[in-house]
Amino acid sequence: MSTERTIPAIHGTITVGVPIERAFRVFTGSFNTWWPREFHIGQADIAEAIVEPREGGRWYERGVDSSECDWGRVLAWDPPHRLIMTWQINGQWQYDPDPEHASEIEVRFIADGPERTRVELEHRLLDRLVGGQALRDGIGQGGGWTSILERFAKAAGNEA
Amino acid sequence: MDAYGGASLGLLGDPTRRAILELLARHPVSVGELAKQLPISRPAVSQHLRVLKDGGLVLSRPDGTRRVYQLDPDGVSALRAYLDRVWGQALRAFQVAAEAITDDHEQEES
Repeated sequence: MSTERTIPAIHGTITVGVPIERAFRVFTGSFNTWWPREFHIGQADIAEAIVEPREGGRWYERGVDSSECDWGRVLAWDPPHRLIMTWQINGQWQYDPDPEHASEIEVRFIADGPERTRVELEHRLLDRLVGGQALRDGIGQGGGWTSILERFAKAAGNEA
Repeated sequence: MDAYGGASLGLLGDPTRRAILELLARHPVSVGELAKQLPISRPAVSQHLRVLKDGGLVLSRPDGTRRVYQLDPDGVSALRAYLDRVWGQALRAFQVAAEAITDDHEQEES
């Protein structure tokens, strides 16, 4: 009945010309300064995007109207080497508190000399997010994963 | 930049297209079968299917003398492609920030 599809994880790598400690600090502590503003889930424009610096911490956005939208949770907090967070934005473009529906983002920081750090990102378990229930519910409710695509497309278009 | 609030959903802004997608989510069907289950004409069904097909949500394939329509599984891959783009853009922005921000400024952030 269910069409099992495994969606390959997304991998991203970038090398930055700073020490590993600073790379980790900017990624997490200054998340708000670099996260592209067009990617948000709240109705309001984004005022802040925040990662709480501890295992179990929240990862969320605060809108200009002070509303907050969760994105996920911090699963592993291992400065300055590793960070694992969940991405729990479902097919309805809302935070889904069910851990079974959580995709995961792992970010690894690898020193490549004293002043260089390679940052490797993996966004995995995407089928949890978009597969099965989220997909079908989304379609049933008339928003769904296609509206995510349209929002992203719009955001990408605005940015291009 | 009012990309989100109250944006019309385009492809899925039309209730008939949503109904068609719901039917296709159950199993692949032909235009004729869709027309029987919906209060619209066969040409109208075809027109909606064309929009959905152009939008990358629906595929068709020949089945004997008719065509059957189904959800495009690559629609899911498209989501992945968009997320891939999000991260690509985010990592580049992170690089710029990491190399620009001094420790002093970082302290002011939080």
